[in-house]
Parts: sequence; C-alpha cells; structure tokens
Amino acid sequence: MSTPSKHTPLHASHVAAGARMVDFAGWDMPVNYGSQIEEHHAVRHDAGMFDVSHMLSVDLSGPDATTFLRGLLANDVIKLVEPGKAIYSCMLNEQGGVIDDLIVYRFSVSDYRLVVNAGTAEKDVAWIRKRIATTAANVSLDGRRDLAMIAIQGPRAIERASAAMPELVTARGIPSSFTAVRAGDLLIARTGYTGEDGLEIAVPAIRAEAMWNALVAAGVKPCGLGARDTLRLEAGMNLYGQDMDETVSPLDAGLSWTVDLKDDNRDFVGRSALEAKPASNRLLGLILEDKGVLRSHMKVFTSAGEGETTSGSFSPTLEKSIGFVRVPLATQVGEVIEVDIRGKRLKARTVKLPFVRNGKPLV
Amino acid sequence: MSNIPANLKYTKSHEWIRVEDDGSLTIGVTDHAQEALGDIVFLELPDVGRSLAAGEACAVIESVKAASDIYAPVAGEVLAANQNVVDAPESVNADAYGNWLFKLKPINGADIEALMDAAGYATEIAQA
Repeated sequence: MSTPSKHTPLHASHVAAGARMVDFAGWDMPVNYGSQIEEHHAVRHDAGMFDVSHMLSVDLSGPDATTFLRGLLANDVIKLVEPGKAIYSCMLNEQGGVIDDLIVYRFSVSDYRLVVNAGTAEKDVAWIRKRIATTAANVSLDGRRDLAMIAIQGPRAIERASAAMPELVTARGIPSSFTAVRAGDLLIARTGYTGEDGLEIAVPAIRAEAMWNALVAAGVKPCGLGARDTLRLEAGMNLYGQDMDETVSPLDAGLSWTVDLKDDNRDFVGRSALEAKPASNRLLGLILEDKGVLRSHMKVFTSAGEGETTSGSFSPTLEKSIGFVRVPLATQVGEVIEVDIRGKRLKARTVKLPFVRNGKPLV
Repeated sequence: MSNIPANLKYTKSHEWIRVEDDGSLTIGVTDHAQEALGDIVFLELPDVGRSLAAGEACAVIESVKAASDIYAPVAGEVLAANQNVVDAPESVNADAYGNWLFKLKPINGADIEALMDAAGYATEIAQA
C-alpha cells in the first residue's frame, strides 16, 4: 500500500478551481488548471502564480552560521552583504555530486534561510544536521513546515500582487532583485523560477488561502507544474533530479558559475573532488528543428561523440520543442546534431541558454 | 466528467469512431483522452492509401506531457487525414469530437459491431 500524497495548505483551492492533480515528490499538486500553455503565456505576458509550499524553508541560525554555511555550500555566502540578499548554490557530497540546488538568504551573519526542493527536503535536512554534529557548529536548524509559499511571476506580477496585498506597498518597498524583506509575518523575496520578474512570498499556512484568493481576485492566474516546467526550461534553469543529481558534478551541469573557488582558504564539502576532476561535458540548450517533442534521456549524436538530453518539452514562446543536452566538451554552440526520438533520428540545434529573456526569444 | 456522445463507437485506447452513410469510418480521440493528454502540440497522421491491420499503431498524438500512439480500430485502408488538426493541434483539446483525425474504409463492415458503445466506454473509463 503506498503512502497517500501530502497536501499543501492550498490544496483545497486547487481542487475547487478544477485543477488536474498529480503526485509530485509525494505531494498532491496541480499540474494545470485547464491549459498549461495558456498558463505559460500568462506568466510571460501578465501575471501567474504557483503554489510552491511543497518546497521547504530551512532557517539556520547561531553564532557559527556563516562559517558553517561556507563549509557546507559550493557558492560562498560571504558575498552576501546587504541584509536579505540571496544567492543560488549547490550543496555537494564528498564526491562533488549535487545533493540539491537551493537559494540561501542572509538576514544577518548569524541568521540565514535556505529554500530547498520538495523531493530532497528530508534528505537535505538530515545531511545538514549530520554536518552540524560532525563539525560541532553552534547553529540551530528549523524546517518551516508551518509556512506556505506562493510564487507570483510575470511583467505585471508585482503590480497585481501590490493591488491584492496592501502590506507589500507599505513595507520597506519591494525588495531589489535576489533580495528578501520581512513584512509582518511574510517574507517577500524578489526571486523566481520563470525568467520573469516577480516575488516568492513565504506566509504562515493559516493565511495562505486568503492570500491566494486575493491574488486571484487581482487578476493573477493560477498556474500548475506543467507551466512551471516549460517556463524554467525557456529560462535555462536546471531542474534537480533531471539536469543534475548526486552522480553529476555542477561543472557538468552548466553550474560552474555557482561554484566559488576564489577563497583558497575556504574548504567546502566536495571542493577537493571538483578540483581533482574538471568538467568532461557541457550542458547546452537544444532546439528541435523537425516536428516532435524532446524529452529527458534521449540519446544525441554530435561530431564530438554521443550525449543525452537531460530535460525537454514544448516551448510555448518559441512554438518549438526545446531541451537541455549534456554533450562532450568539444561540441560547439550552433551545431546541428541528431536526436533519437522513438527510433527516428531528428535534427536539433545546440544553443546557449537561456532561450527566452524578458518574454522575448533569444534564439 | 467526460463527454461521451451516444451515436459513436469507442475503443479501449480512447479512439472514437463514427460510421458514415457510405460505410466509411471517421476516427478521432475522445474527450477523456484529450483531457488526460493536456495541451496537444503535434499530430502525425497516416498516409492516405495505407493499409492498416486492426490494432495497428498508425498515428501519433503528442502533448506537452507525452506522446501517445493512436491505433486503427478495425482493419482497413486510410481514405483521408485531417490536415486542419495537423495545422492546429490545440483544436482537438477544444473539441475532441468535432475534430476528426483520419478516415478508414473498413475491410469488413461487420468488425464495427465488436467495438464498444457509449455505455461500454463510460464503464471502461470509470474503472481506470
């Protein structure tokens, strides 16, 4: 007998809206509310929102917080100076493989929040707790399952969210990019997974439904996981579990830019493994020239050897299929390669990521 | 709740079939199918003149989510393929019964009798 899926605080709202529900990492989540393509366009041209309460906010505080995180994460939190500033980082194992990708916010030298993926949350917390114990760091960890989180994204997201929630306007202003501010019991972050401007708001679970309804009334369109995937793909953003996992180095996943080796005196978990083994592949964007849809784990054939797609879907903005592909390092951007789709060899072109910026195609 | 017109025949693989006055068959995918697939983005239809065996995979319907094969409900010869749905795949989501995919000339008209009626299909999808 399988364990029943978990519900976020907004589950009833999704069901009432007629969402098609699906299990995602053990949570019963909306995949669409009718048309994922319409939802995608809403985010690119107006405002859409996602229930991301299945992700976990992990508060980490104590006198050793900065030292501890500098030893835990591949990116360096020492760069976070302005209160509320955030960076995107991988958390690696000793072999240099990716345990998870996450965003870390710094509120003070002794007060941070990590936001981790739903499917890896338990694993991440166990890993962090173990490291706290082995390093005897003076920090405490608090997994905030009392919080819901709503991501409002699109060129009109902030405008519509402000109309729905007056406290956004009276707070210390809307935060700047990749920064979070507290407003009462809310944490408002100018971050997202779509390539558009917007906010991710962490809210006590008890307030979530009223907030969601106010946003709907202000014209923000509920969007599901289907649109979330096509949006992040167009924006060139990795999906943990597909584009990288514990067996993949960030260097082979297009994430070298998130690994900070500048401070020679900063050891972090996985550093020596990364320094011992440079990248052997590169992660590029792929556009299918023939008709069809790219999916993950499709074999590709390049002039430099074989590779594999890691992610794929249909791009509503480009009206073509796009994906990410792991190919030999020597593969050039702009090369036309072949993809095996259900036994047929179709033509596809490699491109630099992202595919879309500010709602406009770059390719 | 899926729409299941009473005047059509159905298969377990979610195709609908309309028997025309001249005995030819018009074939599409059901409302249940389009809903399960999500936004349809591509359709590959069989060539006119192709001979199909009963149950043979003869077309592909691809949504953002997944690709699905479409099967010939009975043995026959392809009479026509609907270019309109190839050009506008989303029309199948909008109206699954108003947008046919291909037409078949059955080898044996009696084969139609073995297909499910609306009540049978309703039971079939309720059990899924």
